Amino acid sequence: MSGTQRDNGPANSTEAKKTDLRMNEKKCSWASYMTNSPTVIVMIGLPARGKTYMSKKLTRYLNWIGVPTKVFNLGVYRREAVRAYKSYDFFRHDNEEAMKIRKQCALVALQDVKAYLTEEGGQIAVFDATNTTRERRDLIQAFVKENAFKVFFVESVCDDPEVIAANILEVKVSSPDYPERHRERVMDDFLKRIECYKVTYQPLDPDDYDKDLSFIKVINVGRRFLVNRVQDYIQSKIVYYLMNIHVHSHSIYLCRHGESNHNIEGRIGGDSELSPRGKQFAHALREFIDEHELSDLKVWTSQLRRTIQTAEELGVPYEQWKILNEIDAGVCEEMTYEMIQETFPEEFALRDQDKYHYRYPGGESYQDLVQRLEPVIMELERQGNVLVVCHQAVMRCLLAYFLDKGADDLPYMKCPLHTVLKLTPVAYGCKVEMFYLNVEAVNTHRDRPLGNIPRDSAILHRRNSYTPLSSHDQVKRPRLYSAGNQPWLPLAPTPSALMPEGRQSQESLCEGIDFDSPEDSSGCVRF
Amino acid sequence: MRGSCHPKNTRDRAVCMTNCPTLIVTVGLPARGKTYISKKLTRYLNWIGVPTKEFNVGQYRRECLKIYKSFEFFRPDNEEGLKIRRQCATSALNDVRQYLSVEGGQVAVFDATNTTRERRGTIVKFAEQNGFKVFFVESVCEDPEVIAQNIVQVKLGSPDYIHCNSEEAIEDFMKRIKCYESSYQPLDEVLDRDLSYIKIMDVGRRYLVNRVVDHIQSRIVYYLMNIHITPRSIYLCRHGESDLNIKGRIGGDSGLSARGKEFAKHLRKFIQEQNIKDLKVWTSQMKRTIQTAECLGAPYEQWKSLNEIDAGVCEEMMYEEIQEHYPLEFALRDQDKYRYRYPKGESYEDLVQRLEPVIMELERQENILVICHQAVMRCLLAYFLDKTADELPYLNCPLHTVLKLTPVAYGCKVESVYLGVDSVNTHRDRPENVNVQRSTEDALQTVPAHF
Repeated sequence: MSGTQRDNGPANSTEAKKTDLRMNEKKCSWASYMTNSPTVIVMIGLPARGKTYMSKKLTRYLNWIGVPTKVFNLGVYRREAVRAYKSYDFFRHDNEEAMKIRKQCALVALQDVKAYLTEEGGQIAVFDATNTTRERRDLIQAFVKENAFKVFFVESVCDDPEVIAANILEVKVSSPDYPERHRERVMDDFLKRIECYKVTYQPLDPDDYDKDLSFIKVINVGRRFLVNRVQDYIQSKIVYYLMNIHVHSHSIYLCRHGESNHNIEGRIGGDSELSPRGKQFAHALREFIDEHELSDLKVWTSQLRRTIQTAEELGVPYEQWKILNEIDAGVCEEMTYEMIQETFPEEFALRDQDKYHYRYPGGESYQDLVQRLEPVIMELERQGNVLVVCHQAVMRCLLAYFLDKGADDLPYMKCPLHTVLKLTPVAYGCKVEMFYLNVEAVNTHRDRPLGNIPRDSAILHRRNSYTPLSSHDQVKRPRLYSAGNQPWLPLAPTPSALMPEGRQSQESLCEGIDFDSPEDSSGCVRF
Repeated sequence: MRGSCHPKNTRDRAVCMTNCPTLIVTVGLPARGKTYISKKLTRYLNWIGVPTKEFNVGQYRRECLKIYKSFEFFRPDNEEGLKIRRQCATSALNDVRQYLSVEGGQVAVFDATNTTRERRGTIVKFAEQNGFKVFFVESVCEDPEVIAQNIVQVKLGSPDYIHCNSEEAIEDFMKRIKCYESSYQPLDEVLDRDLSYIKIMDVGRRYLVNRVVDHIQSRIVYYLMNIHITPRSIYLCRHGESDLNIKGRIGGDSGLSARGKEFAKHLRKFIQEQNIKDLKVWTSQMKRTIQTAECLGAPYEQWKSLNEIDAGVCEEMMYEEIQEHYPLEFALRDQDKYRYRYPKGESYEDLVQRLEPVIMELERQENILVICHQAVMRCLLAYFLDKTADELPYLNCPLHTVLKLTPVAYGCKVESVYLGVDSVNTHRDRPENVNVQRSTEDALQTVPAHF
């Protein structure tokens, strides 16, 4: 993730350099591994075509999967150079003075791109500007060639006047260029600005002039795509991502399962059931959904009991995702933090040093979790309204994606029990609303430890392939089904060994879950 | 997986792939790779658990017509021919309906030229009537070399040309293509803007994607954009024999035995002799594959998703011990090895889901050597060789043997190379008696020998 690639150790000794490399190597995410040479993504399109929207979203996604990416927005450079924006006249193609300034800004921006990709450890730079003329694009290509970067163009073409108007209202009206924010005047000036560009706009020509370039043309907000000459893994991931995002309004609800028995005991991981308060929360969640009148709400859970039991109470069909399971704590599964400190004091300390990259022996790290969750993110982008009932570490990773949090902050984000977060995309970001459903629960949040933890070199020597036994993991149970879905008809009788005592069949797991009766067994079968 | 066609089972999947069935319709002149794409897509979708079947109209025509005389049959003014072809298409569509609505299939691939707007209109109407979604896959290619290659690779061996020599066959086929050309109406950006489709141009140099409406279509597009036809070879092998292998124990994370290390050296020699251009090497994150790769002296990448199947509570046990401690589990596994999940572990089905990104990456790559484990190798092999869920868990993947897979025509050529270093056998066949009440002797009937 961006911002943590380089450590500022002693720059001179080869020892430090080796350490640096190893640090980079070790922290390299799987996606980062796949990209070799730095890539410049070049946006193309008239104003108000969603270039900045796509740039920021793409950058957020790439950083989240561990590929250091940064946006370079030419408008920002222009505003630095020309303090006060007067009117659209600046953008007229016959305004020589202005043209000179604009070209100068582009060159400065490209220098910053070069610095980012060659010195600052960046892997992808997104050059966000109109880049509407062949001349400008040729300039960029020469720059890219000179520095041995790869280049991938993303052009946004839109001729739907409603979409354009909506864009302008949503993001331009509040732009620093228009401090007075008088809507009509802004709209008027901006539309004239667009006209200035139209005069000299040369779209990518896939049949002739630009047939050898690598690019994707996004037409009418994703109704159609033209993809040309995808060169490598990261470009194919970018194309896949761009094809899955949309601009329809929708909300994503994130919450954890209701309080579980392990939560009460302070134990991490495991596959325990809901406590009485947890069951109350499930009721409250159902009311919450009814109140908010969410049409066509999809509900997703993990394959652990506590999320399934929470969703069961909602009385709507839900889907179980194994990849939404909580982070695997390996040998530390089902221990309390005190027990971990007592039994594995070194591990405990290592984790506090670098919670994002630290991998439990026989288990996972937050970094592994992000890789595991990537398909969920892709699906969340495609969907409409979704409620995801998951776990603390998982929710932190998902939240970090939507709120663009880095590796340092992610493992310490606050995701309390019995609280629903509603995320609504707005403009270039995400609005967050927090709903505490008024059912008490224990606090499972462990803050970042205070004081300077010495950055031990021990962390660099952790073996990546240490997997002794399979973890003392969650019981992998046959799936439960909610009211709406078909019960699974097993080919063989469900082994009683997998069932909590006294239960025989698949179906009896679904029916008769009596939320009011006291727990008879923890249900976790230990061998 | 094909064979495990269990309609309710697929709705088990964590991700709801499709709500209503999807009809994929290929479009394009002859020799544009439509059948290649159909078969590959069908194989991929079945492997990830979406029951898919292809319906090749050419087959129907061959059944109807028994003997193929010449390209004249395909002339646009051949009334008799047109009637028969229309009948064949209708017959195929009926079978599609049967498959999707009655037999529980989820995706049907309708493989034909479908070059006229009229024909496509008929299909769209048919789909609407039956509640299917339609997704078109058009292949456009004007490169004469590619077309010639196609013809040589797949048409010359076709039942149509069994009685001709190569030259005659090629000539006839070129004339056949001409018959279609005059009436060909490619998918049009304007006229067909309401259809969902992907247009593949020049074997994947360029794609035009229109109106992708759901998850399965977006997966199909992603898959189609990652496959290529550049000649290459995929080498699959297991790690060298490990210490746990010798003891007859499953799972764990042990290092190589002496013979395993010997194998690693032989592997290095083999790779050098093969003289492979730009070979990539992948391993899992377990000691035994890493140690094997280390010996090669070339850079390699470690994938956690290539780790061996997690045997949960049975990790590091011998089969005899499993029978002793968990006889019920042991029997259940023999009853349905593909779907059986070890307590606190995984099933082959879980493994396939875990390996899907690896498959996608393998498709993108060119020459590559994957050093993995028995269960993982079985899954990968099943994908390339189109094996069913029933066959997958019993595929033979012995130690110290390299499989070289080379894509040819519509499938994969396999060469097995045993590198001459002895090892234990880790393959356990399905015993005759899989009853939960069986005796210990019956249960252990097929356990391979170990120290």
